[in-house]
Amino acid sequence: MSVVTKADQVAAVDLITVTIDGIEVQVPKGTLAIRAAEMIGIAIPRFCDHPLLDPVGACRQCMVEVPDAGNGRGFPKPQASCTLECAPGMQIKTQHTSAVAQKAQKGMLELLLINHPLDCPICDKGGECPLQNQAMANGRGESRYAGVKRTYPKPVNISAQILLDRERCVLCARCTRFSEQISGDPFITLVERGALQQVGKYATDPYNSYFSGNVVQICPVGALTSAAYRFASRPFDLVSTTTTCEHCAGGCQLRTDQRHFQVKRRLAGDAPEVNEEWNCDKGRFAFVSGRGEDRITRPLIRENGALRIASWPEAVDAAVAGLAAAGGSAGVLTGGRLTVEDAYGYSKFARVVLGTNSIDFRSRPAGVDEEAFLAANVAGKTLADAVTYTDLETAGHVVLVGFEPEDESPLIFLRLRKGVRKKGLKVTAIAPFASDGSAKLKATVIATVPGTEAEALRGLDLAAGAVVLVGERAALVPGLLSAAAEVAERCGGRLAWVPRRAGDRGAIEAGCLPGLLPGGRPANETAARVDVAAAWDVDSLPAEDGMDATGMLAAAAAGELAALVVAGLEPADFADAAAVRAGLENAGFVVALESRMSEVTERADVVFPVALIEEHSGTFWNWEHRAGRVNTVIKQPAAAMTDLRVLAALADALGRPLGIRTPKQASAELAELGAWDRSGTEPVESVATPAASRRRTRKAAPKAPAVVDGEVTLKLATWRQLVDGGRGQDGEDALAATARPSVARISPALAGALGVAEGDPVAVSGGAGWYSLPVAITPGMVEGAVWVPMNSPGTPLGELGMVFGDEVTLSVGGEA
Amino acid sequence: MSDTLTPVLSANWGVEKSWTLDAYKTAGGYQAVGKALQMTPAEVTDLVKDSGLRGRGGAGFPTGMKWSFVPKDNPNPTYLVVNADESEPGTCKDMPLLLASPHTLVEGMIIASYAINCHTAFVYIRGEVLHVIRRMQQAVKEAYDAGYLGTDILGSGYDLDIVVHAGAGAYICGEETALLDSLEGRRGQPRLRPPFPAVAGLYASPTVINNVESISSVPAIVKNGSAWFGAMGTEKSKGMTIYSLSGHVNRPGQFEAPLGITLRELLQLSGGVRAGHELKFWTPGGSSTPILTAEHLDVPLDYEGMASVKSMLGTKALQVFDETTSVVRTTLRWVEFYKHESCGKCTPCREGNWWLVQMLKKFEAGEAVEGDVDKLLDICDDIGGKSFCALADGAVACVTSAVRHFRGEFEAGYSTPAWELFPYGRSALFEVPETMGAHA
Repeated sequence: MSVVTKADQVAAVDLITVTIDGIEVQVPKGTLAIRAAEMIGIAIPRFCDHPLLDPVGACRQCMVEVPDAGNGRGFPKPQASCTLECAPGMQIKTQHTSAVAQKAQKGMLELLLINHPLDCPICDKGGECPLQNQAMANGRGESRYAGVKRTYPKPVNISAQILLDRERCVLCARCTRFSEQISGDPFITLVERGALQQVGKYATDPYNSYFSGNVVQICPVGALTSAAYRFASRPFDLVSTTTTCEHCAGGCQLRTDQRHFQVKRRLAGDAPEVNEEWNCDKGRFAFVSGRGEDRITRPLIRENGALRIASWPEAVDAAVAGLAAAGGSAGVLTGGRLTVEDAYGYSKFARVVLGTNSIDFRSRPAGVDEEAFLAANVAGKTLADAVTYTDLETAGHVVLVGFEPEDESPLIFLRLRKGVRKKGLKVTAIAPFASDGSAKLKATVIATVPGTEAEALRGLDLAAGAVVLVGERAALVPGLLSAAAEVAERCGGRLAWVPRRAGDRGAIEAGCLPGLLPGGRPANETAARVDVAAAWDVDSLPAEDGMDATGMLAAAAAGELAALVVAGLEPADFADAAAVRAGLENAGFVVALESRMSEVTERADVVFPVALIEEHSGTFWNWEHRAGRVNTVIKQPAAAMTDLRVLAALADALGRPLGIRTPKQASAELAELGAWDRSGTEPVESVATPAASRRRTRKAAPKAPAVVDGEVTLKLATWRQLVDGGRGQDGEDALAATARPSVARISPALAGALGVAEGDPVAVSGGAGWYSLPVAITPGMVEGAVWVPMNSPGTPLGELGMVFGDEVTLSVGGEA
Repeated sequence: MSDTLTPVLSANWGVEKSWTLDAYKTAGGYQAVGKALQMTPAEVTDLVKDSGLRGRGGAGFPTGMKWSFVPKDNPNPTYLVVNADESEPGTCKDMPLLLASPHTLVEGMIIASYAINCHTAFVYIRGEVLHVIRRMQQAVKEAYDAGYLGTDILGSGYDLDIVVHAGAGAYICGEETALLDSLEGRRGQPRLRPPFPAVAGLYASPTVINNVESISSVPAIVKNGSAWFGAMGTEKSKGMTIYSLSGHVNRPGQFEAPLGITLRELLQLSGGVRAGHELKFWTPGGSSTPILTAEHLDVPLDYEGMASVKSMLGTKALQVFDETTSVVRTTLRWVEFYKHESCGKCTPCREGNWWLVQMLKKFEAGEAVEGDVDKLLDICDDIGGKSFCALADGAVACVTSAVRHFRGEFEAGYSTPAWELFPYGRSALFEVPETMGAHA
């Protein structure tokens, strides 16, 4: 099988010629007339048509006249251009050249309006409403309709977040098609008939989807609104800025709308290569966290055990004193939420100002062989040699390893689903059970007990061109990352690592790992250090090995680390929250850069306020290695400073200037450094494989472990659900209400052996304690494992030190 | 053209317990199936093609040609679906046929299925007619018991199952693609075409959808030959068919006659318009076919004849109205039906019928205003030919044809209620209390 390049694909398309309003245009075979018209700048009005949804032909607004269908004969009736495929030689006349099309369109608009309320002045959509715009542009000044309008009680909550005003609905079926076709959550559908047709939901189940906000955005009228934005603003009072989402590594382009220096809403941006025109509900609605009373607006210093407000010079002096006293005994924890420019600032600050390689962005459970894998397979890569969203669609086969896309990278999920629906993509998931997400991808699930994924992966027979998507969780299984790289290479396929956080990929590029300098340069290579030292105009860079996050926190807890510089992170996100707290409490000196009061600031000696994402400019690198611009949405004269600016101030005060203060400067410097040119150096082993040698022979299907006294020992499977207890989602109650419930998933056989029924409480014990959860009996769940959500409200696993793959005890009847 | 009745489908309706297998066999039933199974499927298809049989559901598409459109290389099974969702106002031919002689359809389905290489066939019956559904179920059971259905039918090695499916009471499910959606268990709404059912119909597999009467005509054609069938009717509209007369006629009912007979002849056969009254207007084939008047009494009731007077043969449901009837009120009643039965998928049908009903009510009440007739026609123009399926076309056809022939009566609605011009009691065939007034 040969690899088809993008150029080949373009060349392979059959082009046909059609004439629209007298203008000849060449379009690929199969193009719809409405799309062909768009190509030459002719906009045919439409409501139901959406380029990413299957055509439906319901609203009939886009009527055109077809005097010649390409066979010399015309259609006797006007045609809906959204369902009409172009044929060679076809003649199409739109409203611009055909009285028939014009009359049909005007008539249709009038019909759409007869039952539509005249409540534009109080409708969220008023001012950005396709129906309103059409009515203003092409409608009659006065209605000929003198009858009774259809009315309904309003609104209907179709979920905690989405509200439906039925009388405004033009029944275009965009929302129902989106939920069925794009996200695969057909919880809403059209019900009833005739003029009483309406969008309906199940009697008991709400519209349960991680992507529900998209239906608000694509609704061509104000029938669907969100609880978050309903009546919050008028479109013409908003100032819109294009930016990149900060929630995951998907890199979704957004349109963020602000009014009076407050973000009012966020919409999916138009990014065909990335998120197309969609985004997830977290990216859309979770933007109020930290904007409230717990926002830090002024520097704080600890005095007599308590934080007090300080002036900037006072705080800088205090920080300088603490950091200078630490000598080189310092560490930097950056978290995964920084722009690449800020991350670069920390990386440079650690090496140049603090003189240490102890820097780590991983505020999460991390694996021993992870850093080597990242150095070999991720760092220094560019978009040109990376797997992209578009590649996923056409890959033929995608294997998911330690990765649950619907929860962990929702736009990858949507793109995979598109591939499955439209391009014959096959998906294989190596996972403990067949999740709803897997079912929506029609995935073949290889049910595996945590720890045995590498064997399952090696057992796969992959065709050339297949893509292995490996999630950050894979690092917790020794040897799994290397197995993924090995399998992808063996079959001539491609590998992509998908982290969770928006700043993860950029942090690697910026050198926020003990073993990596910017551009993927190994910190333990003299040549690399010389290279970077020259660029940074310093004599040398620290040569000593740095510590990773766990190492730094352990050292701090033991009183062996004099200072920690910490950017936004949460103890419960780590494998062991108690260890993080112990580290922060026992570190000699803690400087926190934060926008909001947190467990870190509670333990810090000096706290500097930093800017919120909407006050930031910079870049997020997504999992594809694509740069997404973060643009300043809210510009105020006294805006908070970025992390980089604060670091630069500290560096200046410490007498070792950083040389960069703005994202632009950081970005330019990082670009100039470029990626590490590996030629002439020892090739980095694609796998540093402590576990490869431990490769075990394939075993038969795992047997159910024995239940003794209502207790059983199991392997813990877990991941973070999209909507969970993360602090970034704080303050958005309607979003939180759409979260999936916290359950403990076990196999039917185990449930039988334990004698528990669906919903019965069970206790999952491990690490430092136990959580009680209702049981979810899950057909297809692998024997020998239990799945619980990683960080859902009430059950943050990090609090108990429980990590994916741990042995835990499940017992019946824990108290809730 | 013959002016006599030609009972073929209805020949056995008068027999004692005509719906039973025994009665059907005694009347010569199930002879054609044996003959057909001796032929090749292609020969059966050719025979039906040669006969000139055209679809009796309304559109008049040649039945044999429809069968030949089934792709031979499609890996999916082929299905036959019989449309027995007879719901068109005025139409009552398939239900009487199924009630009187369900085995005619069963035999036709076996032959048709054999011709198109189908092994599972469906009858989709209008949900409201429970007695017909039961009778059809009973007939299918009898046919299974007698070896006409199931495996190795009559020792031919050919297998066929028939599924009798009851609809849930929606006119739109008579539209063939909506019928398929409904049959698949979905909400019945018309599908986008292409793909056409012949290529991707039921369960995305090649599907032939025929009317009850079309399939029921097949056994007689097989038994008597295409020449026999073609000898009846006109050049382009061959064979016999069932005409259903209702309304102001003395003996309403089903009249099986060659295509091309005229209403004048049918009125003679049915005892004429009720005594003391004269024909005012009529529908040739249900309410979706534009109405005609007394001047069209001699137009042949075949596909071409009706097209020549801007109407359609439709289902040959001749609703006859005498001079006591308000055409405005009749039109309103029909459009109320379409408003109720519009599936709601597309704008013109959903909103347009809603609007038309409100306007026609004004006409009926004498509350329309000057210019409303033109407005009515303009709205009809915005609906007709713009909708997703033909339902709305049928809805506006009765309005536009009524205005075409009786514009003055609509204009009278600017000032005078229809019930004053045409007191409703006079057109009723039963006593109407005076108090019923406008809402009679």
